[in-house]
Amino acid sequence: MVWTRKDLLGLEDLNREEIEFILATAESFKEVTTREIKKVPALRGKTVVNLFYEPSTRTRVSFEIAAKRLSADVINIASETSSVRKGETLIDTGKNIEALKVDIIVVRHNYSGAAAMLARHVNVSVVNAGDGWHEHPTQALLDIFTLQEKVGRLEGLNVSIVGDIAHSRVARSNIWGLTKLGVKVIVCAPQMLIPPGIEQMGVAVTNNIDEALSRADAVNVLRMQFERDEENAFPCQLEYFKNFGITKERLEKAKKNIVIMHPGPINRGIEISSEIADCPNSAILEQVTNGIAVRMAVLFLVSQAGDKNETPN
Amino acid sequence: MRLLIKNGRLIDPANSIDQIRDILVEDNKIAKIAKNIPAEAQKIIDATGKIVMPGIVDMHVHLREPGREDKETVASGTKAALRGGVTSVLAMPNTSPAIDCLENVKLLKKIIDKTASANVFIAGAITKERLGKELTDALSFKKEGVLAISDDGASVDSDELMLEALTKAKKQAILVICHCEDNLLSNHGVVNLGFVSTRLGLRGIPKEAEYKRVQRDIQLAAKTKAAIHIAHVSCKESVEIIAKAKKKGIKVTAETAPHYFALDEEALLDYDTNMKMNPPLRSKDDAAAIKEGLKDGTIDVIASDHAPHTENEKEIEFERAEFGAIGLETELALSIKELVNTGLLSWSDLARKMCLNPAVILGIKKGKLNVGSDADIIVVSPDTEWIVKKEDFLSKSKNSPFIGRKLKGVVEYTICNGKIAYENGICC
Repeated sequence: MVWTRKDLLGLEDLNREEIEFILATAESFKEVTTREIKKVPALRGKTVVNLFYEPSTRTRVSFEIAAKRLSADVINIASETSSVRKGETLIDTGKNIEALKVDIIVVRHNYSGAAAMLARHVNVSVVNAGDGWHEHPTQALLDIFTLQEKVGRLEGLNVSIVGDIAHSRVARSNIWGLTKLGVKVIVCAPQMLIPPGIEQMGVAVTNNIDEALSRADAVNVLRMQFERDEENAFPCQLEYFKNFGITKERLEKAKKNIVIMHPGPINRGIEISSEIADCPNSAILEQVTNGIAVRMAVLFLVSQAGDKNETPN
Repeated sequence: MRLLIKNGRLIDPANSIDQIRDILVEDNKIAKIAKNIPAEAQKIIDATGKIVMPGIVDMHVHLREPGREDKETVASGTKAALRGGVTSVLAMPNTSPAIDCLENVKLLKKIIDKTASANVFIAGAITKERLGKELTDALSFKKEGVLAISDDGASVDSDELMLEALTKAKKQAILVICHCEDNLLSNHGVVNLGFVSTRLGLRGIPKEAEYKRVQRDIQLAAKTKAAIHIAHVSCKESVEIIAKAKKKGIKVTAETAPHYFALDEEALLDYDTNMKMNPPLRSKDDAAAIKEGLKDGTIDVIASDHAPHTENEKEIEFERAEFGAIGLETELALSIKELVNTGLLSWSDLARKMCLNPAVILGIKKGKLNVGSDADIIVVSPDTEWIVKKEDFLSKSKNSPFIGRKLKGVVEYTICNGKIAYENGICC
């Protein structure tokens, strides 16, 4: 297929063929990352700006390495939420960055819909690196890539997503992506953390962790951000671990080869026990490695589409 | 000056008229309504094939003056009103400063006297600075002609204070307009709580935030016998609660805005901030219930809740954008399209909801075509199609959720107090 999207804003927008195309492209880039010289000239002469309105290390670094391995120049702009409130609007910031003749803006923002808004106002490519509770498409893509790599297929698999579904962009992007690829998804959380109408996204809902684990080929364990519980929707940490924590005892009843995933950073002893995080079933560090290949694929594809959109001189 | 409107289909629910009639205006009053009035007048409008009805009385309008003249002024807002066929508006008191004392009422009256192109009536605040802490001196406003009190945009959270407000309002015979929202329940939400809020990853406002407060205000109205009017009803449960209260004989009236029946929450799926209002757009089910409530009489009034905001306040991240949409210039056409053309309401029903009922609720002699009454009349071309365009708005703000929509029904003439104030696109 020919890639035509200049932006990657969410997996809700993509069809199955497009998602599979990104995964296939990522696979060829993964090979690059195993070489001694891990750099290809695909984006030489291009500039990628990481525009991060939320503190992030892993996603930002992953995008930076991905861009550098494609030979792009990378600029990091970190802006705290407070300065956004006081000063320049996101649209103005975006237009200024565009005026610097960059090619791709990778944006992380605490407000849902911010990446889409930026994309509407600039002509350069926009890649969503997480917007509020809405979507985090590259995280879901690397989760799916890792799952496919570990199991060998996707169609017909059962994946459970456990944790704060209500406030999770990782959950939403995973749900869109997985369901489009024929994966059956169960979301599992205390009822307060299940957002209303989530079933309409094509998932089953349970509040029982054992049920969520019983048939799962993989479990994606979300980070519980106890420090950000603005709505007092969370149970206490100990209670959460007791009822929803992924532990050895719980996994004894699950499939033997169950793949354990986590978008990181992990809270040991809160949503996942240390021994499970470090056990052979854990794909957590492979996810990190795969993140580079997936982001290389995304940056490469959107820049290609961006090139086609440029008017010739 | 003599003005004659000939051969129009005259709609006047106050006098049960829906017939072809001529209407003669003399000295700013309606002088005669009859068939075939001789064509002797300085100005004759041929209204053949047109609807002739009372000027709309919009009892929910934010004119933003004083304080936020960048969004709207009495001058610009009343011009927008005329384009929409609205000859009377009730200006909401959430200005800066709020209309919460006699001095501010007088200040606003001065602005109105100098700059208004249509009739502007004033609502005062229930509490000082609309903070829900201390009651205003509503009696003093009433003497200055204030028609109602409301903390619109905010709800009086304290049950005790609301009870006191209604007890006083009963004594002073002043209408209380209730913005029904329990802030603890709406909890900084920005869209309706449900699948759409889930899909967009936005904080949701549950319907309970509205209807539980509707329930409370109705209970307090029943206890105090005060007259209350529920503003901007958006959900099914509120309609049901109001219907029950009316059956019991409680003095409550209710209004909705066109966006609550012409749109639903799915309009938000691309984070269009012009679709962001409070209460939020609800589900398709709710929109259907609103229509049903209009049909069965539970909802008495259609008002715009015209809420102008600048582009700077709307062209930003969804969660930071202001709540509200302009509506004066589209409310009639939307109501025609959604309610009359679908057979849900007759033209007389529509004139009742938009003209007569709000006038009766506010106690003003408007909304009807009686001989001797103020000549507030509109001539509407019911079948003319038009497209809502940003650049055509007379309002200072352009935050309409209907930009780009094709509507049917154009106001050709707006006659306000006997004068042609608006004629085919131009304010006179």
